[in-house]
Amino acid sequence: MDQFTINLIFVAASFALYIGIAIWSRAGSTSEFYAANRGVHPVTNGMATAADWMSAASFISMAGLIAFTGYDNSSFLMGWTGGYVLLALLLAPYLRKFGKFTVSEFIGDRFYSQTARIVAVVCLIVASTTYVIGQMTGVGVAFGRFLEVSNVTGLLVGACVVFAYAVFGGMKGVTYTQVAQYCVLITAYTIPAVFISLQLTGNPIPALGLFGEHTNSGEPLLTKLDAIVTDLGFKEYTLHHADTFNMFLFTLSLMIGTAGLPHVIMRFFTVPRVSDARWSAGWTLVFIALLYLTAPAVGAMARLNITEMMWPNGTQNEAVSVEMIDTDQRYDWMKTWQKTGLLDWEDKNEDGRIQYYNDKSEAMQARAEAAGWQGNELTKFNRDILVLANPEIANLPGWVIGLVAAGGLAAALSTAAGLLLAISSAVSHDLIKGAIKPDISEAGELMSARIAMAAAILVATYLGLNPPGFAAQTVALAFGLAAASIFPALMMGIFSTRINNTGAVAGMLAGLTVTLIYIFLHKGWLFIPNTASFSDSDPLLGTVKSTSFGAIGAAINFAVAYAVSSMTKDTPEEIKQLVESVRVPRGAGSAVADH
Amino acid sequence: MVDDSTKMAPNQVEASKNYWAANIRMIAISLVIWALVSFGFGILLRPMLSGIPIGGTDLGFWFAQQGSILVFLALIFFYAWRMNKVDQQFGVEEE
Repeated sequence: MDQFTINLIFVAASFALYIGIAIWSRAGSTSEFYAANRGVHPVTNGMATAADWMSAASFISMAGLIAFTGYDNSSFLMGWTGGYVLLALLLAPYLRKFGKFTVSEFIGDRFYSQTARIVAVVCLIVASTTYVIGQMTGVGVAFGRFLEVSNVTGLLVGACVVFAYAVFGGMKGVTYTQVAQYCVLITAYTIPAVFISLQLTGNPIPALGLFGEHTNSGEPLLTKLDAIVTDLGFKEYTLHHADTFNMFLFTLSLMIGTAGLPHVIMRFFTVPRVSDARWSAGWTLVFIALLYLTAPAVGAMARLNITEMMWPNGTQNEAVSVEMIDTDQRYDWMKTWQKTGLLDWEDKNEDGRIQYYNDKSEAMQARAEAAGWQGNELTKFNRDILVLANPEIANLPGWVIGLVAAGGLAAALSTAAGLLLAISSAVSHDLIKGAIKPDISEAGELMSARIAMAAAILVATYLGLNPPGFAAQTVALAFGLAAASIFPALMMGIFSTRINNTGAVAGMLAGLTVTLIYIFLHKGWLFIPNTASFSDSDPLLGTVKSTSFGAIGAAINFAVAYAVSSMTKDTPEEIKQLVESVRVPRGAGSAVADH
Repeated sequence: MVDDSTKMAPNQVEASKNYWAANIRMIAISLVIWALVSFGFGILLRPMLSGIPIGGTDLGFWFAQQGSILVFLALIFFYAWRMNKVDQQFGVEEE
């Protein structure tokens, strides 16, 4: 049986599983849809939330970014887990006590302002749409490989599948489908990592293997990795090379952003009790940590494997020959990935070998000149392919490769579909029915939801063709936007009685606008290529990259909200009482819908 | 969303003030640890930890890629456990 058929079987079987569970536990009405996770144990809820949250960025993209940068990209690991501490301590229990279903409802009620609610909805739509663009990048990579077509064709096919999936709607909100998705996703991520860790270090636990001994050389794995990458002119994997201030800001932005993402926060509104909201955040992080503790091992080990494949006789000897790539079946993965257009090589000096090295390093330029090399010949290696290609690179059995394909699609599709649903309900329910046209018919509301969803996916697909970065980088921009707009409003709403309606609205608008402008200046207006005035290699504000600006945006939001509030009328007494009541668990009924 | 629980007797007001102060103290302690392991040990203080070797690199690298995640987990569970006790202590737990 060839690999294509195996992949097809795994992908089809996993989809059949999700659809089967969705039909079996089908929620009948809207309130059931919302309340699907009420009465669910915090452990189960945590698993479902983890599946909902871990997307193409975590599954497909993150380990690749760590692999090719090393320590400097640790921000993704700390940022996307540290946010749960903020969520558990600063938001989840109080929002659960408040007892509504959506973030914009809380902001609207706490700041006693329809304007605040609409501004929150706009922030939500902007952040979620950016998030979907990142997912579409991942979807394109996964479908391109799985169908063995170009990245562009993969993206277009993927967009249709995501749209059908989201309209069909059965995948989101049904806790047990998400539990199944989590199981597929984590198995698919862990199994190849265990195999590779055993191959390289003899340790079956990848997180321990990362700090273990490389069996072939007898040296620690990371020492070996540092040695071979520096041999080729790349920077040491384990050392700190990036700008410290930017790394600090980037980590902080990802943390605050995690705690400001509406589709994550929503999960904590409907757990049975306030104390469960606290536990639930912990369990969610347990299930996320299983992947996040494995990811740095996946990255480091893949980097080692790839480098050794390109230099089968050691980095000081001859590089891999073109003939070997063409005939040896261990190199088949290079040809399959070449079809997607995301991996490419070229024998520039026509010596029949492919030299992979850093041609910008001066030491390497000397060696290259002596050996007659004419630049790095592994001309393209898209970071987003690393995790999906990893089992093939390590020459693992066909079923493992099929499993990883199924896992990658589960991660990308579930989050993309979930976000599209969040966008469409924000437009139709909060924006159109809540503000613009309150007397809209139910059919009209449904129609506007579909139109919003279609528009969002068209925008995301178009921009996914020329994404502002690799999947995880685009998603990081979405986190920055959430950090600058939603998180400060929620936190001030709970921890201050002084911030009033005008202050909150001004804060959110300032945070969102400034952050959005800073991102557009660096990534192009509306992410349209070639409209950027600055680049992240030489940012407007010293070393602050656009992906790191969210933390500054949040600070602006806090400052503006505080300043404006202190100049305007104090909050009314009943709002102060509302805040007081949100702070104590007693008296928390079950959540009620605002319909 | 203003329910009966918000109209409190004076001693209840005092109790809920103390409860909130206890909560803020817990949050502050937890967030200091949260920042210390990630921004501290993982990034800013890494040069100071470079003398402590671990698996071919140093302790700062371990905190940045694994240690901070483990501490985050411990923090959330500790806070949940502790606050659920504090709730009872102040008599504000859910019925």
